[in-house]
Amino acid sequence: MVNLKIDNFEVDVPAGTSILEAARKVQIDIPTLCKHPDVDPTAGCGMCIVKVNGRIMRSCCTPVAEGMEVITGDAEIMDVRRTVLELILSNHPNECLTCIRSGHCELQDMANSFGIQHSNLPSLNKKYDKDDSTKAIVLDASKCIVCGRCVEVCQNQQNVWALSYLNRGLATRITAAGGIPLADSPCIKCGQCSAHCPTGAIVEYDETQKVWDMLRDPDIITVVQIAPAVRVAIGEEFGYDFGENLTGKTYAALRRLGFNKVFDTNFGADLTIIEEATEFVNRFTKNPESLPMFTSCCPAWVDMLEKYHHDMIPHFSTCKSPQSMVGALAKTYYAEKMGLNPAKIRVISVMPCTAKKWEIVRSKDMSSSGYQDVDVSLTTRELCRMIKQAGIDFRRLPDEEADSPLGEYTGAGTIFGTTGGVMTAALRTAYYYITGKELKEITFKALEGLEGVKEAEVDINGTKVRVAVAHGAGNVETVIDRIRAAKENGGEIPYHFIEVMACRGGCVSGGGQPRVMMSGQSKPRGITDDIRKKRAEGLLKEDLEAKERFSHHNESIKRLYQEYLGEAGGHRSHELLHTHYAARDKYSK
Amino acid sequence: MAEDSVASQVAAKWRKKRGSLIMALHEIQGVKGYVPWEDAKDIAEGMGIPLARIYEVLTFYNFFKLDAPGKAVISVCTGTACYLKGNDKVLEEFKKELGIKEGESTADKMFHLQCVRCVGCCGLAPVCVVNGKTYGRVTPTDVRGILEEWKNKLSEEE
Repeated sequence: MVNLKIDNFEVDVPAGTSILEAARKVQIDIPTLCKHPDVDPTAGCGMCIVKVNGRIMRSCCTPVAEGMEVITGDAEIMDVRRTVLELILSNHPNECLTCIRSGHCELQDMANSFGIQHSNLPSLNKKYDKDDSTKAIVLDASKCIVCGRCVEVCQNQQNVWALSYLNRGLATRITAAGGIPLADSPCIKCGQCSAHCPTGAIVEYDETQKVWDMLRDPDIITVVQIAPAVRVAIGEEFGYDFGENLTGKTYAALRRLGFNKVFDTNFGADLTIIEEATEFVNRFTKNPESLPMFTSCCPAWVDMLEKYHHDMIPHFSTCKSPQSMVGALAKTYYAEKMGLNPAKIRVISVMPCTAKKWEIVRSKDMSSSGYQDVDVSLTTRELCRMIKQAGIDFRRLPDEEADSPLGEYTGAGTIFGTTGGVMTAALRTAYYYITGKELKEITFKALEGLEGVKEAEVDINGTKVRVAVAHGAGNVETVIDRIRAAKENGGEIPYHFIEVMACRGGCVSGGGQPRVMMSGQSKPRGITDDIRKKRAEGLLKEDLEAKERFSHHNESIKRLYQEYLGEAGGHRSHELLHTHYAARDKYSK
Repeated sequence: MAEDSVASQVAAKWRKKRGSLIMALHEIQGVKGYVPWEDAKDIAEGMGIPLARIYEVLTFYNFFKLDAPGKAVISVCTGTACYLKGNDKVLEEFKKELGIKEGESTADKMFHLQCVRCVGCCGLAPVCVVNGKTYGRVTPTDVRGILEEWKNKLSEEE
């Protein structure tokens, strides 16, 4: 431990801690626009300066030392910080009123807390064309303060290397390689750049107007579904604590917005488990050389696999994601059952994810109903905006139920939203399919939590089934390298079954989730591991308390197979619920 | 990637040496006069370096060119003496006549315009150099003539 004094308070912290982190131990929040807990310091913004033994230094990248005396805010420091902030603002459009990030912006919050009311500096801000080529995330370089968080996340956390710095000095901006459109780059649309951006420079591709138009068209039947992770994060926009499960109120809000039918992607998650567990059991019992099998519900992971790891395509589950399954069934099974014309149905999904916007148009398989199966995929943030726009008093809404038949779900469907959840749910059902008995121990502590790669073993009929869970796109390679090495050496494949989610923590911290604002605390700091854990706990708690915790116990799903699909993994399932993959180049030109 | 392409040979040569990306890019530019997109991609694949990182390097250093330079490279000296003698006005005239900014090439790839700091003959200031030929005591009215001269020369060569 290292002992130092910060503003005359004694602090002892482990060696290697930065002054910025040490100060938080004594409740001093040194302002910063570039340092985020998830990434290494870039020392980009210059706001976090402090005095160390009289010298001005950046606290984000200066480690503590024994006997150090730190002053975090005298007149000179505040003066420098204010100048830094004014310089940043002189290169920012300052169009807050018409910015999608307004009210959740770290720069706006910072300018506000420094009471900056005018600036004597001339504006150097350059207009750049917005890059909305991905139709999932939008990059507006004119709002970028070049803090470098998104580049750190994209390159070093996600290992995607879509974003990079272009040029130098004042001309520096963040783009894909050489300034090409993001859609032509290796971008996997995970949106972690937007989750870490402190300003409005990287945001979701807003499609709320499209949805309003559908809601107001009397000839259209609107069907909405919400993803597992939405329910434990939506509350943050309405003053609830992190991780609070607001499923019932969200249904109620959707009905008040005018959606005709409120379904739940958790139903689709249960259905995914039926199909995926069936696929796994078939591979496991009849075709063991096709193992390991990777899960396929994360679209950013699908994109990454097709671009980076196409040698693994034979190991990829052919199951569509829960979102796509619900979409396909809404325009076939549901339409037939209710005597509706599928041409008049519009399926809108609410997802914690920006890549889901890409998923709904990724191939012709996404139009398996004869129409585009999901018409619009909104992020949680977009839904929150719609609820606020409509003036709905979210906190006073009653708890409502989802509609039948695509609304019923089990605890296994709910935990799809967190890392480890899909694997846990799949094991419960796969075990039953192979042994004819229910698993006794149905949670796997080893698969929970935020370790990048987690492993477990389950005894199924005397065979030790080895599973792995990887989350955060940068951790996938560890797992894949082990498989490749085993294949090359002719050794035993290290895993049978692997779950992958592209975002750290899984969907609960997806790129479309609310920008964290703790009620009563003014600092919007972005996603942290603490918040990831709380949101995950919200989902795990619902599973723990659920009446049914096995996807194969879902009565609506049993009925769906009896009335419509026939058997799991059968012909109709393959038409509607499965897809194909193809190798693609990282750069399309 | 073609096995025998310049970029694949360069990549093979430097692949094993850490921190040699700049050397590899230098070689490409030495052969081709600039670093084309395709070559940058070949270097990325051959050396196992993400293309995004390669463009971070290419656009950080002024030295690297991303587009084929024009056939006639016009260097306008903006060193102290030339600048004081009015070469800024000559530069403006070149920009106007060619419709490009400094550091750019014309669409027909005939001319490339760049600024240099002192070519070592301040006695002739203001000075411009086109493909090694030096023009002294240039005025904005000379610009059109210089461009005509090179247009003729280049079309004769073709």
